[in-house]
Amino acid sequence: MTDLAIAANGLRKSYGDKTVLDGVDLTVPEGTIFSLLGPNGAGKTTAVKILSTLISADPGTGDIHIGGHNLAADPQAVRATIGVTGQFSAVDGLITGEENMLLMADLHHLSKSEGRQVTAELLERFDLVEAAKKPASTYSGGMKRRLDIAMTLVGNPRIIFLDEPTTGLDPRSRHNMWQIIRELVSDGVTVFLTTQYLEEADELADRIAVLNDGRIAAEGTAEELKRIVPGGHVRLRFTDPAAYQSAASALREVTRDDESLTLQLPSGGSQRELRSLLDRLDSAGIEADELTVHTPDLDDVFFALTGGGADIPNQPKESAR
Amino acid sequence: MSTVQLPARPSRLSLAVRDSATMLRRNLLHARRYPSLTLNLLLTPIMLLLLFVYIFGDTMSAGIGGGGADRSEYVAYLVPGLLLMTIGSTTIGTAVSVSNDMSEGIIARFRTMAIHRGSVLVGHVVGSVLQSIVSVVLVGAVGVAIGFRSTDATVLEWLAAFGLLVLFAMALTWIAVGMGLISPNAEAASNNAMPLIFLPLISSTFVPVDAMPGWFQPIAEYQPFTPAIETLRGLLLGTEIGHNGWLAVAWCLGLAVLGYFWSTSKFNDDPK
Repeated sequence: MTDLAIAANGLRKSYGDKTVLDGVDLTVPEGTIFSLLGPNGAGKTTAVKILSTLISADPGTGDIHIGGHNLAADPQAVRATIGVTGQFSAVDGLITGEENMLLMADLHHLSKSEGRQVTAELLERFDLVEAAKKPASTYSGGMKRRLDIAMTLVGNPRIIFLDEPTTGLDPRSRHNMWQIIRELVSDGVTVFLTTQYLEEADELADRIAVLNDGRIAAEGTAEELKRIVPGGHVRLRFTDPAAYQSAASALREVTRDDESLTLQLPSGGSQRELRSLLDRLDSAGIEADELTVHTPDLDDVFFALTGGGADIPNQPKESAR
Repeated sequence: MSTVQLPARPSRLSLAVRDSATMLRRNLLHARRYPSLTLNLLLTPIMLLLLFVYIFGDTMSAGIGGGGADRSEYVAYLVPGLLLMTIGSTTIGTAVSVSNDMSEGIIARFRTMAIHRGSVLVGHVVGSVLQSIVSVVLVGAVGVAIGFRSTDATVLEWLAAFGLLVLFAMALTWIAVGMGLISPNAEAASNNAMPLIFLPLISSTFVPVDAMPGWFQPIAEYQPFTPAIETLRGLLLGTEIGHNGWLAVAWCLGLAVLGYFWSTSKFNDDPK
């Protein structure tokens, strides 16, 4: 199987009696974006650290091949194939952005002129020309992340690991980063991305694996994962308790939330279903203060798979209609 | 598995040298951009030199060499020890900067790159030895300014003295790198490296070992600093070296080898 960029069998790692990875299988075809999705502490970073040769897997882990090279037998060959941008910026804050880039060029054994050329190109591409002569420690979060990725690209890696590349970035920087990641893949590079943002995985990844408690809870395309959970629902919110009570008794199959005075009832969200619901409300003389239609998204998948107690940033994606 | 022949890679040694040189440039860039740490560490030996010469000088010299020595003779006595103490002091900076460096994400990046593994540490060691030499020259210049003169040292003796200083700096630096690696932060590194500045205080830097209490003399005499100090004194001032020469070299080689294996094994451990 030469067209697999990453193939790992039974990835295991524990620290003391805490099991972080409990037999994780990962396969990533070349030239695709694979996203490892999971809450904080699920083991995402540990998986990246092992696959990028930073730490060793526990005994009992099966073969790991990265870019066709056996990770245990020839880690240097793996390192020559990959680029890593870790969760915490891997830039040297004491020297300038340009010096960081030239340092990478030297470590990839490029000639002086090649090094300068690559540096100039990448600084330009990542919009860092103006800041090039300033110490990297003075960069904003988004700039540091861009410099980080630019440094990763100096060696022209075929496989890139991005560990939570957008955590802590503002929305604009996050969209910039998404654009950068898409461009990488259009050059034929394989991207292994970890994220705790479902939206991000949905947006970028060809395949998604949900990691929970050191195990893969589900794997597939975003569409496949969304099919796992039952369909959507309609939510009705009231401010008047009396209206809430009468609606609750008029409509069957509702899930009540007495605290926030909202009712939730299953619905595919089609025009016909909505009309029939509205007709029933009208005939009962009930007016809801707000009606929202909720289609299943990765949030639902995520909460269904991880038991809901996960401490991930919850970004409801409901569209009022 | 594929058996495709890769294009001939450059030899391991030439890669090691090249990567180490790159890391050295990085460390020297740090030292040049942020010289305050190195300069602060220089203050200790210079202050001690001035303190012991101009404040305690008359009293100290009166008790040395069976009495009757004067202050300028005490300057001559003091300088070799303080030059070695300067190295000890500089290497505290090494421990601190290694510890700082290890907490940076860039080190994790280096570990995932196809570079010579040891180059990160070699860069630190060579950079630190060079800083030690510069520091020794600066403290030496202060010594000369307040009257230190080498009596009849030959060119060969000067070279040997220089060689001893470099060897000593290398030995202490490898130990300091290990101390930096086991320290979780800069404060801890600075504390762990205290012996490097404390040992010269209980050596023959300020007073001869003979003048110390009997039970303490073996400790003072055989710790790493005293043989090196006595050897340096002998080379620059023509005093008796005796067994201190090989003792100093043995200490240096022993510490360098110990520090090297300790540091590299710590560096090869999985990072946290």
